Amino acid sequence: MKAQLEAIRSAALDAIGSTRTTAELDTVRVQYLGKKGELTAVLKQMGKLSPEERPVMGQMANEVRSVLESAIEAQSVRLAEKALADKLAAETLDVTIPGKTVKIGHKHPMYLALDEIKDIFVGMGFTVLDGPEVELAVNNFDRLNAEEGHPSRDWSDTFYFDQDSRVMLRSQTSPMQVRAMDSMELPIRILAPGRVYRKDEVDATHSPMFHQVEGMVIDKNVTMADLKGTLNTVMKKLYGEHTVTRFRPHHFPFTEPSCEMDVQCHKCGGVGCPTCKGEGWIEVLGAGMIHPRVLEMAGIDPEVYSGWAFGMGLERMAMRRFKIADLRLIFENDVRFLEQF
Amino acid sequence: MNLSRKWLNEFVSVDANDKDFAEAMTLSGSKVETTADLGAEISNVVVGRILSMERHPDSDHMWICRIDAAGEEPVQIVTGAWNIHPGDLVPVALHKSTLPGGVKIEKGRLRGVVSNGMLCGLSELGLDERDFPYAVITPAAILGDYHPLDKNKPSIPAGIQAGDKVFGPVVCAGITAVEPAGVNRWTVTLDLGGGHTADHNTACANLHAGDLVAYNTDQAFICTLADLHAQQAEFPHCIPDGIFVLQEDCAPGDDIKSVIGADDHVVEFEITPNRPDCLSVIGLAREAAATFDAELRLHTPVVKGGAEGNLAELLDVETPAADLCPRYTARMVRNVKIGPSPKWMRERLRAMGVRPINNIVDITNYVMLEYGQPMHAFDYRYVKGGRIIVRRAEEGEVLTTLDGKEHTLTHDHLVIADDTRAVGLAGIMGGLNSEIVDDTVDVVFESANFNGTCIRKGALALGMRTEASAKFEKGLDILNTLPAVNRACELVELLGAGEVVDGVIDILNFVPQPTVLKLEPEKINALLGTRVPAGEMVSILQKLDFQIDGDQVTVPSWRGDVLRMADLAEEVARFHGYDNIPCTLVSGETTQGGYSPAQKLEQLLGSVCRTCGYDEIITYSFISPSYYDKIRWPEDTPSRKSLKILNPLGEDTSIMRTTVLPSMLEILTRNYNFRNKSAKLYEIGRIYLPGGEDGLAVESKILSMGAYGEEMDFFAMKGAIEAVLTEIRAQDIRFEPCTDNPSYHPGRCATVWAGSDCLGVFGEIHPLVAQNYGVDARFCCAELSFDELMLSRGADPEYVPLPKFPAVTRDIAVVCDESTTVGALEDCIRRGAKGLLKDVALFDIYTGTGIPAGKKSVAFNLTLRADDRSLTAQEADEDVQSILTLLASELHAVLR
Repeated sequence: MKAQLEAIRSAALDAIGSTRTTAELDTVRVQYLGKKGELTAVLKQMGKLSPEERPVMGQMANEVRSVLESAIEAQSVRLAEKALADKLAAETLDVTIPGKTVKIGHKHPMYLALDEIKDIFVGMGFTVLDGPEVELAVNNFDRLNAEEGHPSRDWSDTFYFDQDSRVMLRSQTSPMQVRAMDSMELPIRILAPGRVYRKDEVDATHSPMFHQVEGMVIDKNVTMADLKGTLNTVMKKLYGEHTVTRFRPHHFPFTEPSCEMDVQCHKCGGVGCPTCKGEGWIEVLGAGMIHPRVLEMAGIDPEVYSGWAFGMGLERMAMRRFKIADLRLIFENDVRFLEQF
Repeated sequence: MNLSRKWLNEFVSVDANDKDFAEAMTLSGSKVETTADLGAEISNVVVGRILSMERHPDSDHMWICRIDAAGEEPVQIVTGAWNIHPGDLVPVALHKSTLPGGVKIEKGRLRGVVSNGMLCGLSELGLDERDFPYAVITPAAILGDYHPLDKNKPSIPAGIQAGDKVFGPVVCAGITAVEPAGVNRWTVTLDLGGGHTADHNTACANLHAGDLVAYNTDQAFICTLADLHAQQAEFPHCIPDGIFVLQEDCAPGDDIKSVIGADDHVVEFEITPNRPDCLSVIGLAREAAATFDAELRLHTPVVKGGAEGNLAELLDVETPAADLCPRYTARMVRNVKIGPSPKWMRERLRAMGVRPINNIVDITNYVMLEYGQPMHAFDYRYVKGGRIIVRRAEEGEVLTTLDGKEHTLTHDHLVIADDTRAVGLAGIMGGLNSEIVDDTVDVVFESANFNGTCIRKGALALGMRTEASAKFEKGLDILNTLPAVNRACELVELLGAGEVVDGVIDILNFVPQPTVLKLEPEKINALLGTRVPAGEMVSILQKLDFQIDGDQVTVPSWRGDVLRMADLAEEVARFHGYDNIPCTLVSGETTQGGYSPAQKLEQLLGSVCRTCGYDEIITYSFISPSYYDKIRWPEDTPSRKSLKILNPLGEDTSIMRTTVLPSMLEILTRNYNFRNKSAKLYEIGRIYLPGGEDGLAVESKILSMGAYGEEMDFFAMKGAIEAVLTEIRAQDIRFEPCTDNPSYHPGRCATVWAGSDCLGVFGEIHPLVAQNYGVDARFCCAELSFDELMLSRGADPEYVPLPKFPAVTRDIAVVCDESTTVGALEDCIRRGAKGLLKDVALFDIYTGTGIPAGKKSVAFNLTLRADDRSLTAQEADEDVQSILTLLASELHAVLR
């Protein structure tokens, strides 16, 4: 019987080791350990043994069972691992096959540039204003100190709707200064982006319609130093902490003193290159302290209040930001262009 | 405004290089656009003297010249030009030299003979005859150069010899000697054949010993091509071009740049319209002196005068249009000798971009550049009655200006007239009828001040903005007319161009009133945010010629732009340095910034559109009236009434759009024509409806969407619209068929409703509209009113507890008439349920086998659920049964 048990043990271990699937393993288990299994059959013969042999054989039979059971358990784990590995291998994908397309639309690059600017100013306590594009010449010119006779009022420069040159397409966002002064409580901090119109034929740098953003602050004790400080902060946020700016004297009818702000050319660092046309600087915006007459015309006492304002072309800003060489692309709206941003 | 730095240095010594000069001037307010070294392109070109000339052995037209260019050895250069003679001083481009236009000269061989450079003509140095009027070349017809047009019928026999008759009194003459006889004159010795010789003085520059010419024995002249009625092709080398023979005070070896004035540097300024005083050398010199803290050296003109005659008797000036002519100053010059102006004057004019013409005209231009005061010179002969009248033009009055153009004037134009007619357009351009010509004897110099707006409008109306009108329109210094006219007279005397009559006619129609301001340093510092000491302010203002007396500041007459404290602050800021103003942040009461609800909605709509795959576009607000035809709007459509631009760039951009549809269609079409396979676009654009407050427009925003491509159809567009409506939480949404919108497919168009408000329309574009745009594609478009979307925004969401009990789903398929809409079925299902129905979802529409003709099968997935218990099958079935009953009774839709 001992020999029988040894034989079963050896044969069963071989059989277990050579199984390749859990089904095969199960068959082996039944074959040896099942109710009609070989080991069970041997155990049934226990009764025929002498009382002395019985415990010895019993112990041995239990040992064999235990060995076989753990062998089956171990083989089962191995087979499960292998089955999983095989499944995963079979499921392997070519990860270089393109993903399923999710088409997300794109913001127009001009608005990308504008939204950046808006967010910066809103963070500084500015309110964003929207105003009419069909505007009164009074707001676009007279109230901004560009009186009768100012060249920009000519029909060769500005679009008009009536012979009296009373109603026009605004040529700048600056009439929003007037509208804000007329309608808002002091102090005022506004940002007014929008479309403006000038009688320019379409070419690589001109369009009869383009966008500007106007900013204005009116309060007590507002200084030109505040103007510089604010615009410098904005430029650093837009172009990075190391942005260098400079302010040059300039002339606008509605500011005094007036200035233009340049940003040092990012490409050449101010040495001069084709990007900055050899100047080392790129003109970014026009600004100044609000002309006392403009305040007076709005009923604001320039002896008590002062303010600053700036105006900036957005297409040029976007073109610089995204290195767009031709303004016409902005209004062409070719999806191959739009989807780059 | 161009500025010659040589000229500038007459008034202020600034030795900064161009870059530093430009930087400093820009930062003090005179923006420099460009700087140019006039001679940058010219190098290694020197003056040379021709020592000898011999004909090239292997060429019928080239000369081998030996030239003294101050080197160790004479230079040998081969040239094809014929107008030079031994002794001439000429520009020599030596081996390894450069010329304007990137031309490089190196030594080489011309038909086997070494040539160590090139002799230059005017054009090769970037000049023309107006720069050096004496460099005009008159060629004789040299018979050796004769090439008959028809070889078989030569007009001049090939073997012609001295003494042979050419025609009539014209005989062939041989040149035996050529001697210079002054500028552009030569004495030639002629062999007339038969032992006859003659000496002859000629202006023909191309004669050399050995040449044969045609000589008119009757009138004693050497024939030019014109005299022989010959064409250029018959005498290909007898051309009015050649080497620039210098008549300047120069010597061999001199750098040609200093000889021709190319050693100057020119700075181009962008002068702002408030500073017309800087449109002059003196104005910029004042700015430069203040910028570089250098001394400004001004000069007061001194006129000797003394010409015969009494000015008061010779000339009378009246200014009936006194309002348009605040001042009229004039002087007279007699016995004028018209000729070229001297080289220094021509060079300065040229450097500033003005072409030299003759001494008198050049003087007026010189003074205009130097003083910024436009001047005009009339020929006194043509001022009829000796009277100058400054008046408004008569309606329809005709005047031909100096440029030869005839203008019909109106009452708005100001003219300079004599007793009988206009002789000039005041402040714009002189008249052809009083132009300075070669035989002008007496000249009137006008130095006047005209009303800027009148001049600007006049020039604009005639489309002739001139240098003078551009200055006048900005408002010039009224006190400048007298010094300017005196300077002109001084220059006349300096140039020996005529004799100045004593006295000045000076009509003043204004009372000089200098602006006096109070200097308030603390206010200036408060505005600038600076602490500039009062003393520094005073010194800055004094440098600019402001007169300071205590705290009183008298503004100079040329600074009409300085009217109040803020203007003084700008002067202080400019020279204190904008860069020296500190940077601070706005202090004071903080304000609550942010976006309005409308702006937030705009951001939300854009974000949903982009999430749905739509790209943002920007389209023009103005369109062509014909676009309404393109979208098939009937003639009587009220929305056709648009705001019309009276001075549009063109028809295509002439009216303000009342619909965004044509703009979208144009962009879709463009993308389609670019062969982009698909496009999904959106814009939140404005429409401009007439009838707003104050004559303005009612500007409404429209969410405009448009798309085409494989994936795009009515339902794809509808899905995007539903996404938008879901995002804004609009309630009670429904879509109604719209069959009468002429722009859309009548069977594929819907209006969008939120309750009783129509939000807009969308659908497939009508095939005839597509045809109008020339495309064979199905475009889908949507137009939703931003204002309506704003109104239909739902309230902020409120949390609804998640279901605790499972739902039961039932699929039903009903057969109904094909005309029954899914919307009607859905509505009926919702109403038919008894409270357990949570959702209805269409999943199939089927027609064909098994379904009777004219019918369709529509299948829905129903979700039923109770919030407080698990449903039993029986409960669900009861609801479904109720639904089916209503479907059958209302819509004759029966379970399939």
